[in-house]
Amino acid sequence: MTRPDTQSEQMQENTEVPSEKRRLVDDIRFQKRLEKRYRAEKRFRLYGLLSIGFGLLCLVLLFTDIIGKGHSAFLQTEVALDIHFDADYLQIDDINDSQQLNRANFDGLIKRSWRANFPEVKSRSDKRLLYKISSNGSGFQIKDLLIAHPEWLGTTQTLWLIADDDVDVYYKAKNKGISYQGVLSDKSLNWLNALVEENRIELSFNSTFFSAGDSREPEQAGIKGAMVGSLFTLLVTLALSFPIGVAAAIYLEEYAPNNRWTDLIEVNINNLAAVPSIIFGLLGLAIFINFFELPRSIPLVGGLVLTLMTLPTIIISSRAAIKAVPPSIREAALGIGASKMQVILHHVLPLAMPGMLTGTIIGMAQALGETAPLLMIGMVAFIVDIPGGATDPSTVLPVQIFLWADSPERAFVERTSAAIMVLLAFLIVMNTLAVLLRKRLERRW
Amino acid sequence: MDTSNLLVALCLLFAASFLVGRARSVSLAEQKGGVRNLNSLPFYHGVLMSLWCAVPSLVLTLVWLLFDDQIIEALVLADIPPSGVDVNLMMNTIENIAAGNFLGLEPEPQMLAAAERFKSLQSISQMCMSAAVLGLGTLGSLWILKSISLEFGARVKVENAFRIILLACSCLAILTTIGIVLSVVFESLRFFKAIPVQEFLFGLQWSPQTAIRPDQVGGSGAFGAVPLFAGTMLISLIAMIVAVPVGLMAAIYLSEYASARFRTYVKPMIEVLAGIPTVVYGFFAALTVAPFIRDTGTILGFSPSSESALAAGLVMGVMIIPFVSSLSDDVINAVPQSLRDGSLGLGATQSETIRQVVIPAALPGIVSGVLLAASRAIGETMIVVMAAGLAAKLTANPLESVTTVTVQIVTLLVGDQEFDSPKTLAAFALGLTLFAITLGLNFIAQRVVKKYREQYD
Repeated sequence: MTRPDTQSEQMQENTEVPSEKRRLVDDIRFQKRLEKRYRAEKRFRLYGLLSIGFGLLCLVLLFTDIIGKGHSAFLQTEVALDIHFDADYLQIDDINDSQQLNRANFDGLIKRSWRANFPEVKSRSDKRLLYKISSNGSGFQIKDLLIAHPEWLGTTQTLWLIADDDVDVYYKAKNKGISYQGVLSDKSLNWLNALVEENRIELSFNSTFFSAGDSREPEQAGIKGAMVGSLFTLLVTLALSFPIGVAAAIYLEEYAPNNRWTDLIEVNINNLAAVPSIIFGLLGLAIFINFFELPRSIPLVGGLVLTLMTLPTIIISSRAAIKAVPPSIREAALGIGASKMQVILHHVLPLAMPGMLTGTIIGMAQALGETAPLLMIGMVAFIVDIPGGATDPSTVLPVQIFLWADSPERAFVERTSAAIMVLLAFLIVMNTLAVLLRKRLERRW
Repeated sequence: MDTSNLLVALCLLFAASFLVGRARSVSLAEQKGGVRNLNSLPFYHGVLMSLWCAVPSLVLTLVWLLFDDQIIEALVLADIPPSGVDVNLMMNTIENIAAGNFLGLEPEPQMLAAAERFKSLQSISQMCMSAAVLGLGTLGSLWILKSISLEFGARVKVENAFRIILLACSCLAILTTIGIVLSVVFESLRFFKAIPVQEFLFGLQWSPQTAIRPDQVGGSGAFGAVPLFAGTMLISLIAMIVAVPVGLMAAIYLSEYASARFRTYVKPMIEVLAGIPTVVYGFFAALTVAPFIRDTGTILGFSPSSESALAAGLVMGVMIIPFVSSLSDDVINAVPQSLRDGSLGLGATQSETIRQVVIPAALPGIVSGVLLAASRAIGETMIVVMAAGLAAKLTANPLESVTTVTVQIVTLLVGDQEFDSPKTLAAFALGLTLFAITLGLNFIAQRVVKKYREQYD
């Protein structure tokens, strides 16, 4: 409806209806329109609330989904077995001889123990199924135990061994009362139930998850390798991006003349902040790996790429922090004879430092969660060893999550979620730190 | 001395020259009766000496490290009589043997000799580098030590150097851009030599699996990127349909209706969504949202693909909500209060004021925010890698699986690759397109703000 129409209508009514009645009609109309407008107002408000509610709902859904899937990964199913450390069978006479230890057949010990527990199992294929209840890394586990307790040689010990991932999935489902649909055969399930009745299966804290590197076997896989890789990558990033970012911000705020070159630098920084992260990965691949021939998959290259990616964030927030330092402080310092460099190093930088640190922490949090550019420079390799330095091949936490999310084994789903929980915990700590830092040290002039 | 030890030694040298320079200037000044007789403070003498030690030695280290491998390689290969074997392969074998890794093969005697030579050359190079770098550093600092005197203007020199170093750091942004452009453009040009540009931009077939052997059947390879662009657009469109209304309404509510207390608690919570790593969203999309959509769709009688564009798009939309909302929040807050007061004074309700006064006033900023969010959606990688498909299909049905530019870049470059095949180079051509599109959107966003923003104050 447009205004001229309404006016002409009113004029028509004016001529036909007595004025008293007209006012009444107008009143009712006005009331109706007002109600309509108020309803629209309420609706509009409701839309706003609903939008916020939707955002928060997504957040809650995401967290409950991840925690619901991942919390069980912090527990690990273990099986108790009586292991007889038979010195003759192991052919060990000197416990300190590492060659003998390496040659000894610890897997055989475990198999013997299984056969002793279930003497009725005769056929070869059944035996193989039986052995599969304990993890195929259990041999290493008892070897490490023997090294830690040399006096066990020749004795029989009841040891809790890590169970296979399929057993883990079954036992956790059984504990929760969920019906089990998995790969284990009925035979295996019967054995497991027998073990459960003898109290030979239990859940305990999953320390492997925090102390091991990656593995193809879910029960032996851990995030330590990825965490250490992330640490080295972040250290390289921090060591490069913080000084360079702060230096660039100082130049742009304190020195830069108002000319085209400065404009060019600023335009570049703003554009780089909007470039998709995967493009930085392409840059790293073409420049660092193909041109400079640095090795693939190392935290050093990852750190270099992430430095270039986080620099705009750090520069922009550092500039804001420097801008917030009032000019009167600079003038006072200059007035008592400080040089430009002294003004900056002794007065501006200390005052702007909290803001710069906040920006840097946020940039580091961004770098910690970044995956795509690291895929490009080959940090997706399957790496079991825990890296010992910035030039050892390694992977990082988000990439580890990506790799595990792709694995078909059921038991990796909960481990992926648990790794996500660890990553989110780090990010929450970093962001809280940034917020607290800003609150505590922020000064109003 | 290996490189890391050398770096430690260099750091010690820098510290030593700083201390020596400072002590020298102090002792000179003491003879004349105190530090105030110096032109510059002792600190500056120390720093200058350290700088003259650091800059040349670090530059030399960098240059040496860049070129020593190539020179050693050339020297080693010059001794080996040319054979049909690939040079890179041969070099690899030699390096393996030198590292004591025989790969279970009995190496040929000439290879063994080459490996020996390789090892000795490497250690010679390391030794020469250490000597040269440390020597150059010492020379540099001695040069300054010689010229330290009462009148020596160290401060001006240090301040100039400081300024130049700062300038160099800020130019890194330009270098990065140049690096991106060069790396992407060069590889793309090589790609376009094999595949014409128009075929890449307008072709309707995408199947990058080229034949590894020339006699292989079926691996012809087609590089028409239109299905990828369409898939990217489809997913980004779904994301924007989720993110723009929700983000905008959330921003309006937070800035116009919400109490201060509500704002302080809710705004950071919404912004948490932006801080969650994309790989987490990808996991959520692939393992929770996609199966949910598949099951619901099947019940409703559709037959959604298990990697539907809808799942990836929805989750990406959620990721972008805080991006839209915080950008719009800023612009809405920047609209002067007098405009609202005027409108309210004329009898408009609050929602009418927002719709007819505040939003039009803030529109340029909101549009630029939406454009930036769109460029974010187009360049987003992990969500689509994990939740969208690989099959390049030309479809507008959100329940089917589509693939995007970023997914293809990742699949082409992760895993085994030879660097000269069009398959690998195609990733760079896609990267160039992506870079151009996001840069374009960014540019338009900035222009919109500049051109249409009204100054109210």
